[in-house]
Amino acid sequence: MSATDTQDPNRRDFLYVATGMAAVVGAGAFAWPFIDQMRPDASTLALASVEVDVASLTPGMSLIVKWRGKPVVVRNRTEQEMKDGEAVKLADLKDPIARNANLPADAPATDANRTTPGKEAWMVMVQVCTHLGCIPLGQEGDFGGWFCPCHGSQYDTAGRIRKGPAPENMAVPVFKFISDTKILIG
Amino acid sequence: MSEGHSTYTPKTGIERWFDARMPLPRLVYDSFVAYPVPRNLNYAWTFGGILAIMLVSQILTGIVLAMHYTADVNLAFGSVEKIMRDVNSGWLLRYLHSNGASFFFVAVYIHIFRGLYYGSYKAPRELLWILGCIIYLLMMATGFMGYVLPWGQMSFWGATVITGFFSAIPLVGDWIQQLLLGGFAVDNPTLNRFFALHYLLPFMIAGVVVLHVWALHVVGQNNPTGIEIKSKTDTVAFTPYATIKDAFGMIVFLFFFAYFVFYLPNYLGHPDNYIVANPLKTPAHIVPEWYFLPFYAILRAITFNVGPINSKLGGVLCMFGAIVMLFLVPWLDTSKVRSAVYRPWYKLFFWLFVADAILLGWLGSQPAEGSYVFMAQMATLFYFAFFLIALPVLGLIETPRRVPNSITEAVLEKNKGGGGHPIGATAAPETKG
Repeated sequence: MSATDTQDPNRRDFLYVATGMAAVVGAGAFAWPFIDQMRPDASTLALASVEVDVASLTPGMSLIVKWRGKPVVVRNRTEQEMKDGEAVKLADLKDPIARNANLPADAPATDANRTTPGKEAWMVMVQVCTHLGCIPLGQEGDFGGWFCPCHGSQYDTAGRIRKGPAPENMAVPVFKFISDTKILIG
Repeated sequence: MSEGHSTYTPKTGIERWFDARMPLPRLVYDSFVAYPVPRNLNYAWTFGGILAIMLVSQILTGIVLAMHYTADVNLAFGSVEKIMRDVNSGWLLRYLHSNGASFFFVAVYIHIFRGLYYGSYKAPRELLWILGCIIYLLMMATGFMGYVLPWGQMSFWGATVITGFFSAIPLVGDWIQQLLLGGFAVDNPTLNRFFALHYLLPFMIAGVVVLHVWALHVVGQNNPTGIEIKSKTDTVAFTPYATIKDAFGMIVFLFFFAYFVFYLPNYLGHPDNYIVANPLKTPAHIVPEWYFLPFYAILRAITFNVGPINSKLGGVLCMFGAIVMLFLVPWLDTSKVRSAVYRPWYKLFFWLFVADAILLGWLGSQPAEGSYVFMAQMATLFYFAFFLIALPVLGLIETPRRVPNSITEAVLEKNKGGGGHPIGATAAPETKG
């Protein structure tokens, strides 16, 4: 061996490291499609918005539509339910954030912020428990809102978590009234 | 005990031919015929063999069921009903498979509790124990995905709840959950991949079982006294002694299994799973299969936030933590004595732990309301206290009973008092030694 070979690091060390790194990058690039194929595919991601006719809903009535494979409840709340919802102090809430996709991410969870301006009677909400994804039952539980039969989470009349293991208020999706009796979700 | 002492002598020409090329007959002879086993093994030690035949039975019935099953959300439920009504002997194969899963878990729980009681996880058997824990994890994943395949209400909502665990992980939780589901909710992509994985995992279990048995044959079996084999008089040959004892244990176990298959085939299932999955309606009361109930109770027991950890993440952490405890047992137990036979206080805590596990199982089947929540919280506390407090502390403060010098001495001592019973064939496990 010549003297230049014993210098540390030498050219051979560089080649070893470069080859090893190329192999790691190659293995990663080869592994990625195997992970990537598991993600939601194009047909699942192609989310059509849903238009809902709510003309038939008198106060106290709800309907459920399927959106992104999940149930979305549209509820025309009664006077009492709205009063109950407005009476709640923010300090009493387990999750003080509105979780309303139509508002800034840090909007407080007031009753008004859970609905849309001028249409405060209407709750539009993904009716999926924020604990582990069950469908809560409407107008049940200690707070007259929603009760999840799986693990006992209780929501109030504005869909805010009040008791039980769920961490967040139920999500309000992007929606708007396109006429007095039609809602566009998504 | 270990390799290197082979007593196999090929007798025929074909045996010699094989032995020179690939000594498989030698491996089988050394592992299952001449292999020395402790002479005092009781019936708690037959569950390894029972688990082996349950795995084979599940794979056989599973493969033929897969020939009639269709993994599609519109067809899955109907194809299972077709197996039950139209396929020849389909009802038997499906009941064998669904009840087989339950009895697989019955056997594995007895096997695990056996290990905990007799200290089978202690050095040098830590790796053997951990391989067992890995098999148990794979079994749980397999059992869970299998339960989704009939696409009934419990299938769907069980899958929703269990994949929901992953959404509790901070920051990347939702991404991981969507990766598992292949969508925003449990749907056709979920069913397809669960079917593929449900078919794959049993073969991975079989692979880890090979490692488990390999590790066992290196370190040798533990025994009710927890004393290592010291001389030839401590052992008997695997065949015929252990072979016959295992076979008898299997027959008795299969009696119970057959009773359920033929007389109570749906007892361990849930009637809601005979209703086709409906993504818009959660059953009034979701329960997982019975063998997950203790962990389910732990999950639901955490109803409060702890600092930055919210109740949902806390529940999921506790549930996975309950399984992590098993992996840590070899290092949590500080006792120098293996077997609970010589550890009066550990014996007490062991049985309290068994009672606690059963209590948690029962609580898991009850609704999460009222006093059940408090009871589940207390039982969860005890569960973790057993591993994190009782195991390390008892080893330090407990005074064990006198441990015999050898297995032979223990056996002879007992028979002196017992009056001429055949060796190792009497008494309940807890009075052994």
